[in-house]
Amino acid sequence: MSLLFKGRDQGAQRTRISSVQRLLMFFISHIRQALASLGELWRSPGASMMTIAVLGLSITLPSTLYILLKNTEKVSAGWEQASEITLFLHQNTQPGDIRQLTTRLSLWPEVESLKHIDKAEALNEFKQLSGFGDALNYLEENPLPDVILVTPDSKNTSPTAAGKLLEKLQKEREVELGQLDIQWLERLHGLVDIAKELVSVVAMLLFIAVALIIGNTIRLNILNKRDEILVLKLVGATDAFIQRPFMYTGFWYGLLGGLLAWFTTWLLLWWMSDSIGRVTQLYQTQFELTGLQGESLLGMLGLSVFLGLAGSLLSVHKHIRAIEPK
Amino acid sequence: MIRFEGVSKTYPGGQQALRQVSFHIAPGEMAFLTGHSGAGKSTLLKLISIMERPTVGKVLINGHDLNHIHSRQIPYIRRDIGMIFQSHQLLMDRSVFDNVSLPLIIEGYSHREISKRVGAVLDRVGLTDKSRSLPVTLSGGEQQRVGIARAVINKPPLLLADEPTGNLDPKLSMEIIRLFEDFNQAGVAVLIATHDLGLIARMRYRTLTLKKGQMITDGLTEDWYDEPAV
Repeated sequence: MSLLFKGRDQGAQRTRISSVQRLLMFFISHIRQALASLGELWRSPGASMMTIAVLGLSITLPSTLYILLKNTEKVSAGWEQASEITLFLHQNTQPGDIRQLTTRLSLWPEVESLKHIDKAEALNEFKQLSGFGDALNYLEENPLPDVILVTPDSKNTSPTAAGKLLEKLQKEREVELGQLDIQWLERLHGLVDIAKELVSVVAMLLFIAVALIIGNTIRLNILNKRDEILVLKLVGATDAFIQRPFMYTGFWYGLLGGLLAWFTTWLLLWWMSDSIGRVTQLYQTQFELTGLQGESLLGMLGLSVFLGLAGSLLSVHKHIRAIEPK
Repeated sequence: MIRFEGVSKTYPGGQQALRQVSFHIAPGEMAFLTGHSGAGKSTLLKLISIMERPTVGKVLINGHDLNHIHSRQIPYIRRDIGMIFQSHQLLMDRSVFDNVSLPLIIEGYSHREISKRVGAVLDRVGLTDKSRSLPVTLSGGEQQRVGIARAVINKPPLLLADEPTGNLDPKLSMEIIRLFEDFNQAGVAVLIATHDLGLIARMRYRTLTLKKGQMITDGLTEDWYDEPAV
């Protein structure tokens, strides 16, 4: 493709090769340049490691927070599943009415299961557990009401759906009072939401920092290679050709930083797993801490590579154009 | 091949490097460009390789007006022009082979083709055994020949040389010029800027002389040499 001289073929066109081979050559040359950029990083291990460490640690913080959040959500989701509605019945409700009520309620589509706690049974339990045993014997009648525990089906475990079910249950004649302890759950959700936003903001800032760090590192690389870039421009290299190795350097920084972040995140979680285990034991839940796996790991690596490329693109565009032979 | 039509170049700051320069170099012609330092030789060469743009007038290569060349197209223009510099402009941390093959790598030649061509061109400039050496280990004359090899490796129809013999003794200078003559005989147009009048005087070539940015003589060396005190 000569602009000035028609009939003067240049480069690959001249060397009678098929388009498949040309495509192959294109990939080979890209792989070669990618490896060359990696080799360049390898040749100055100290400086490269420092940059990669800064990037890795910058990505570690948001990813650790993200994992903790995700696990909190998982745990609270488990609690939500167990949410029960407690129905206290009127004192004078007859056993026959209670039987009728339970039969009626068990037919509701929203209700998964019911458990009736007889008031005599409840009193016995209370006697045993409270230690007021003898004192309670002086009572003329059982002050405790009959209680029905209602477990909503899986579609109605969310705070709002369960609240609606509670309202409906309270309209039943025999029910004096219904209780659904979801307020603390709503508070927890609110806190988790705030934490989520905080993590997003921190992540955003750190990601911008990562892109800028890579951009600045690439800028220094470009300035270091000023003479080489001048020579390349003199012999007819396009800006795209000159910037490719720098883009690959950004790619490697992003990928290696991401891998380091993955490792340090894993290390942090391993370090914290004991104390987390102790907390979850208090709540008597079977809980497995999930780290970065599968999709989220790929997502994180993809993001860090993207940041590497974005950072180098920032520099490359501006600084390679600025270097012109005079 | 190269045509200047009323070209003037004023640098930012008001320094006038060229004034109303017009000339034409035919395809396959070899010519010298001479004049004192600061006479505008380098500026003239830079206008051909589009390192600078003319303030007034037109520069044409093979009939194409360079004013119409977009900056994105400049790399492709430079691939048609072999350029040789007094300072060699070599990559000092790369081998002779890597330096010479640079234009071919840029154009995406296959590895085999590159080895073949570099071998041939190093043979031509007499550096076959230096292929793996680093430029710093070579003498000035050898470095200049590496520069020449790089300039001609993709067989450009036009060679520009800016003071190619600047740091060389007369014998080496003559060898370099003989090399240019070889390429010229193969049909390449050659324009050599030099202030080495002794060198030019020994040959019969068209010589363009610049003085304070103006073209004052344009003719064969002998004619120019016969007119003293220009």
